[in-house]
Amino acid sequence: MSTRLATHGRLLDKSRPLTFTFNGKSFKGVEGDTLASALLANDQMMIGRSFKYHRPRGLVASGAEEPNGLVNMGEGGKFEPNQRVTTTELFDGLTCKSQNHWPSLDYDIGAINNHMARFMPAGFYYKTFMFPRFAWKHVFEPVIRMSAGLGNAPKDRDADTYEHFYAFVDVLVIGGGVAGLQAAKAAGDAGAKVLLIEQTAHWGGRAAVDGGTVDGVPVQAFIDATIDALDAMPNVQMRHRMMGAGVYDHGYVLGYERLTDHAPKTAGPRHRLWRICAAQTITATGALERGLSFAGNDIPGVLLASAVRDYAVNFGVSVGDRTVVVTNNDDAYRTAISLKEAGLDVPVILDARPTGGGALADAARALGIRVENGKAIASVQGGKRVTGVAICDQAGEGAVLEEIRCDCVAMSGGWSPVVHLWSHCGGKLNWDDDAVHFRPDPDRPPTGAKGEAFVITAGNASGEMDLHSVLQDADKAGKSAAKASGHAPTRTAAPTGESAPEAVMMAIWLMPHGAPIKLRAKSWLDYQNDVKVSDIQLAAQEGYESVEHAKRYTTLGMATDQGKLSNINGLATLANALDAEIPQVGTTTFRPPYTPISMGAIGGEARGDIFQPIRRTPMQGWHEANNGDFEPVGHWRRVFCYPKADETREQAAHREVLATRASLGLLDASTLGKIIVKGPDAGKFLDMLYTNMMSTLKPGRCRYGLMCSENGFLMDDGVVARIDDDTFLCHTTTGGAERIHAHMEEWLQTEWWDWQVYAANVTEQYAQIAVVGPNARKLLQKLTDEDVSNDAFSFMGWSDLTLGHIKARVFRISFSGELSYEIAVSASQGRALWDRLLVAGKEFGVTPYGTEALHIMRAEKGFIMIGDETDGTVIPQDLGLNWAISKKKTDYLGKRAQQRSHMADPDRWKLVGLKTLDGGTLPDGAYIVGEGVNANGQRRVIGRVTSTYHSPTLGYGIAFALLLHGPDRMGEVVNVAMIDDVDVPAQVCDLVFFDKDGEKQNV
Amino acid sequence: MLILECPYCGVTAEETEFHGGGEAHLTRHGPDSSEQDFEDYLFQRENPKGVHFERWRHVNGCGKWLHAARCTLTLEVFGTYNAQTFEPPKHIKDAITAKRPGWTWRTFS
Repeated sequence: MSTRLATHGRLLDKSRPLTFTFNGKSFKGVEGDTLASALLANDQMMIGRSFKYHRPRGLVASGAEEPNGLVNMGEGGKFEPNQRVTTTELFDGLTCKSQNHWPSLDYDIGAINNHMARFMPAGFYYKTFMFPRFAWKHVFEPVIRMSAGLGNAPKDRDADTYEHFYAFVDVLVIGGGVAGLQAAKAAGDAGAKVLLIEQTAHWGGRAAVDGGTVDGVPVQAFIDATIDALDAMPNVQMRHRMMGAGVYDHGYVLGYERLTDHAPKTAGPRHRLWRICAAQTITATGALERGLSFAGNDIPGVLLASAVRDYAVNFGVSVGDRTVVVTNNDDAYRTAISLKEAGLDVPVILDARPTGGGALADAARALGIRVENGKAIASVQGGKRVTGVAICDQAGEGAVLEEIRCDCVAMSGGWSPVVHLWSHCGGKLNWDDDAVHFRPDPDRPPTGAKGEAFVITAGNASGEMDLHSVLQDADKAGKSAAKASGHAPTRTAAPTGESAPEAVMMAIWLMPHGAPIKLRAKSWLDYQNDVKVSDIQLAAQEGYESVEHAKRYTTLGMATDQGKLSNINGLATLANALDAEIPQVGTTTFRPPYTPISMGAIGGEARGDIFQPIRRTPMQGWHEANNGDFEPVGHWRRVFCYPKADETREQAAHREVLATRASLGLLDASTLGKIIVKGPDAGKFLDMLYTNMMSTLKPGRCRYGLMCSENGFLMDDGVVARIDDDTFLCHTTTGGAERIHAHMEEWLQTEWWDWQVYAANVTEQYAQIAVVGPNARKLLQKLTDEDVSNDAFSFMGWSDLTLGHIKARVFRISFSGELSYEIAVSASQGRALWDRLLVAGKEFGVTPYGTEALHIMRAEKGFIMIGDETDGTVIPQDLGLNWAISKKKTDYLGKRAQQRSHMADPDRWKLVGLKTLDGGTLPDGAYIVGEGVNANGQRRVIGRVTSTYHSPTLGYGIAFALLLHGPDRMGEVVNVAMIDDVDVPAQVCDLVFFDKDGEKQNV
Repeated sequence: MLILECPYCGVTAEETEFHGGGEAHLTRHGPDSSEQDFEDYLFQRENPKGVHFERWRHVNGCGKWLHAARCTLTLEVFGTYNAQTFEPPKHIKDAITAKRPGWTWRTFS
């Protein structure tokens, strides 16, 4: 069984006990534990079940590479699935549950898949679930959905907060092991601004576990001294619990800092996403141990040798009482020695190398440990826990020589440098035949904005595996990075490391070498996704020769651990199956993030009310206080209508229309875009921008204009007022102000840069109120002494007036067909004018109205709306707006495009009005169908509804539609298709439904 | 995340301050142009593996349009320059030649 040792526990504070629950059972741990070590200390070896076969699974590793130890963590708003127990620091009151089993961890129905494993090879789903088609929906999918997935999806809103943080540094050092510390020190000594980050809560990495001396003192003393030195440097910042998640173009790096995961009651954000611009990045990311492929290597109790050592040394936990060590290298001997020194039993070390190990092997023998060279594990015995191993020759086919009782197997297949961050942005790798791993090729680094290398590896991450060369390499990396970022490195020599010399390792990809299919089918590569040696071999046999194809076919390395443990073993297996060299097969692509990061951290502060900025008009407060029902329009919130007591939205909008048409309405039009275009060439410029002529507009007058993109499509419309010879004020749609201003700038800066024109977006500088209705002039006259009669102030004119001490620019324009004035005042006066108009308008029953009433009134009058009648594929000619297209101008944006054959096609759908025969209202977007069917056997579509309303003025439904040969069909009845397949007949009519002669506005 | 220098305000900033605007040095073809010329102007774009000229706008900065000479393969930036020009200035061409001898792009080399 696994248990807490009386001695050991480098990282623990045993005086501070903690309580936590796993699957509802209360357990005890101590301060400094990870959830993994605490579970082991309570003999909870089995933690979950595998994805495909639901096999019992326990811990394999002690760090970020752990594939099995995933749990559902927390409850309610703090719930999060797939949390890795090896990187979760224990805190008092932690609650977690195991995943991927039903009904319980111990008794799982899905485990039947395990017995079916023989019938579920690689590509099983692709091969099986093909026919019959109906079975997908009713059989396969429900079953797969129920059994798929690891953790549960959270149901509640995330109760935590998150933030983004920006940093700019000369040298970023990722990894706080001895290499990272030394590299940071070398760069810091040179005067560079350094940020050193470490994903765990501890500095020094695994050096203190592995032992050795630096400059004659134990490595821990070196670590402590270096931390003190770095702490004292004002140019060095150190952050732990912060992972380098991804390295991107031009030295941009994402850091993921976990602030309160270890202490959830602490105030402040839970995670912080650092967006770092670093001139140079040093990846001192260490190395990960690989497993060995032998039958039963996934049975709980089989762990990486380094993990067994970590649990003993760091956390004072013995994984088992009797541990068999199996290895192809010297490092695993350190585990045997550590265990023996902790008083635990190591019955045998199986060294697959015929010649065995070096100094560490001698040390193990001196402790009385039995060492067997050239031997391997034929199979592991046990179900939910290791009970023993069968030993065989590595060279043979697995004939059992001996069986040994044990409850833990510590395996080591060698170490792979963590090259992920080096590779994210294009750093290339070389295969090292002696060290049996991929290592970064310093001659092919990721390159930055100037074509220079911007990532340097240090220590294990470079492929330097012994303490001395790690320190030398890290010191060099720190100095190079400082130099590359413009600092002069010191001439101080790198520290001298000393550790036990190691004998050369041997590549072992399958154990034993000639393992038959029965053993290979139980030799796991990817624990989380259940990929075995036999699956990769089958994929190769079936033609999936590319490593990327084999990966997707078998799902190797596609789980949440992204194959940190399995990829190298998997591609070596593939190479063997293809009879190819490993470097020829290559690796799959390393993609960020290094380990999963929270969605909350990616979102940062941008959620809820501050998801995006909301723009408010000066009158917004009044709208809110008077029951304004808002709708989003761009980043604005505009009032849709102002419902009274029991009114529906529709009833309110209809009341507003009728009141306005009968007497007087008020509209907050402040959101309308307002762009001043000024300069000697302003008229010439606007002639290019609008389809009609603007240069001929007289000062004091207004003109409606259309704007098209260069490929002819209508993009915006609005009224232009000429202020003086050099100055125009262009009104745009509410959503279009920024876009149109940018459009103007683009053409001014990049095409007509010699024209003397400036454009300024003054949308927010002005409040604008539309005073609309038969009594509009009377209201205006109440506020000013100046003559506002039709003769003095005619339609499509504008005038500067003083309205009771408020300076205003008044435009006599109309989007409703009523007598109408749009009054612009400086934004700070907007609310005052609004209030004054309400008071003065009382005698006329003044009615504030919203966007729905605006829409209904414009539709009654046949006015188009950008975004309703247009969708980026519509040209003005489609909408019957030929009157607003100048025939005299030789050029305007979109003119050439509108001459193209498709644009001039008489079969383009054209805008017409529609009236239902029964007076009902058509659904928006409904299709108009003609006779017959198209090539796909579907009903032939000849048009669609673009705007549709019930007109309270007329008492029936009105609509606009784009219709094939529309204008030629006046009076014709067409069929509008409904979703329930019943057609509604509607009559084609003129666009203008109300006051065709404009008698109401021209008074 | 690209890092670009704005030739107007002199700021060196990361990509989020800028907005890409497609290929640079297009010649506008108006109402008198042929169908082919107009189609080329509106739709046909270079897609090189290597040296490329692009338009960018310093949208969250000074608001100016600029041009960047860039390698689409390595993302190396050879230089940025004002948008008010019909061809890359000599110092930009020289900078590219120094790094990519023999380069060509449309009619430039």
